[in-house]
Amino acid sequence: MKKILVYLEPQNNSFKRVSNELITAANNLAQSSGSEIVGLCIGGNTSIYPSAGQFGLKKLVSVDFSGAYSSTAYAEIVSQVAKAESADVLLFASNAAGLEIAPRVSAKLDAGYVADCVGLEVADGNIVATKPVYAGKALIKTKINKSTKVFSLRPNVFTAIKNDVGSPEVTNFNANISDNDKKASVTNVSTNAGKLDVSEADIIVSGGRGFKEAGNFAMVENLAAALGGAVGASRAVVDAGWRPHAEQVGQTGKTVSPNLYVACAISGAVQHLAGMSSSKVILAINKDKDAPIFKVADYGIIGDVFEIVPKLTEKIKAVKG
Amino acid sequence: MNLLVCVSRVPDTATKIFVGPDGKTIDSKGVKYILNPYDEFALEEAIRLKEKNGGEVTALTVSADDATDILRNALAMGADSAIFIKAPSEPDSYQVAHNIANSVKDKNFDIIFFGRQSVDFDSFQIPSMVAELLNIPSASVVSKLEVNGTKVIAERDIEGGKETVELSTPCAISAQKGLNEPRYPKLPDIMKAKKKPIEEVPFFPVEAAVEVISIALPVNKRVGKILGDSDADINEIVRSLHEDAKVI
Repeated sequence: MKKILVYLEPQNNSFKRVSNELITAANNLAQSSGSEIVGLCIGGNTSIYPSAGQFGLKKLVSVDFSGAYSSTAYAEIVSQVAKAESADVLLFASNAAGLEIAPRVSAKLDAGYVADCVGLEVADGNIVATKPVYAGKALIKTKINKSTKVFSLRPNVFTAIKNDVGSPEVTNFNANISDNDKKASVTNVSTNAGKLDVSEADIIVSGGRGFKEAGNFAMVENLAAALGGAVGASRAVVDAGWRPHAEQVGQTGKTVSPNLYVACAISGAVQHLAGMSSSKVILAINKDKDAPIFKVADYGIIGDVFEIVPKLTEKIKAVKG
Repeated sequence: MNLLVCVSRVPDTATKIFVGPDGKTIDSKGVKYILNPYDEFALEEAIRLKEKNGGEVTALTVSADDATDILRNALAMGADSAIFIKAPSEPDSYQVAHNIANSVKDKNFDIIFFGRQSVDFDSFQIPSMVAELLNIPSASVVSKLEVNGTKVIAERDIEGGKETVELSTPCAISAQKGLNEPRYPKLPDIMKAKKKPIEEVPFFPVEAAVEVISIALPVNKRVGKILGDSDADINEIVRSLHEDAKVI
């Protein structure tokens, strides 16, 4: 392990939180191996670069790219930078962008790649990566038998630790990108304005079939608003058309790891547990005391969601003041 | 249109997972294997494109186990033929991607479809990796697709929204739930599928890039404070979340 390249994602006026988590993870690897770390930012606003120094990043490669986002072009840029820097370890976020770019980069560099890691440690000079498999029902420890190693890290698992080293030293890199590299270009991005996405939220309040009809989800929304969290849903609720698929948590939805997951009227089918069991703290509310969800819960309230959720919302508002 | 759908054979999502005797793989005893759920969306999309524009749909899998069962599923849904690349041992994603790319590089597929992930290793990597090896563009986690001649417009799910990607054939697409409603094969389709050809292709010998050291079940260390629904109980839970767990 000579050099770790960290792929950073700018978002509005800062780096995404997961980018800071990657820098921290790289620092931990570097401490065990003595590797150098360099960040890479493509097409970002240079004014945000100093903030990466707050998490311990000393060097950053900046690539000016004004065209539309394109997974093929970005993968080509990352590979060119990795080669120029002689980076042999690359870290990405396991998110929409990272999961598209990382496999392409690993193919370009003939690297080994482990996706969606929840643990990285150095053992006998090699990196041991832990990743959930079978939707989190098991964890595998893996090692890569290639000289170049690529990892994508699950957001919100590796804590970003402040470690201010001042502004990173910035190097500009001129990537050589042809039209052929821009074969897939993003022409439009639409965001659910003002709505937190379950895959990025610190707190998620999910509702299940026990709410009986779509209109009653207002209770879930109110509790989520009181907690400053996102709304999630079980598969049954999404299949019934009450909530959009983007909110579905579970094996055929999103896998999430928030600090707090509140499961309301969700019994806890295996597929749902798979999507949320890595949450740091789980609170379950269900009228069936034998519901499987209670087996994975830190805290539970046995009772009727229609009574409990509004009460809980008020009490949380009081605590949060 | 000449369409390929790469499919995989995975444990049923309701399966309870146990560690096998070697400590590196799961115990497959009593495990029911199925066609990867996301691959059904990929197959449905390819079959609909064939129904609209004519052409052929080929299903392909790389597996160390006998995967003819899931290939027959794909044929019953409407694929015309299938390719089975039998691996000598459980292949990693690197081996699978290289085998797919190697076996299809001369076949001029217009679109190669995949499920967004296989629900065993959950890596989301084979579609983009194969696309890169074949030097074609791709769009992942696609929930809406428009194909007009060689022009392809894909809508993909991103954090908190959607992204529209324009690309042209040949390309690779990985399918997300919501792309369509996969059909259930009827009995005549299942009977017809038995007569459709499955071509066995030898495994392209590449070394695995990733080695599994061990597999373990997650340790569930939970507080387990389950209370009733009295006001005092709810107050206690709120206090615990605030003072003990410090999450609110």
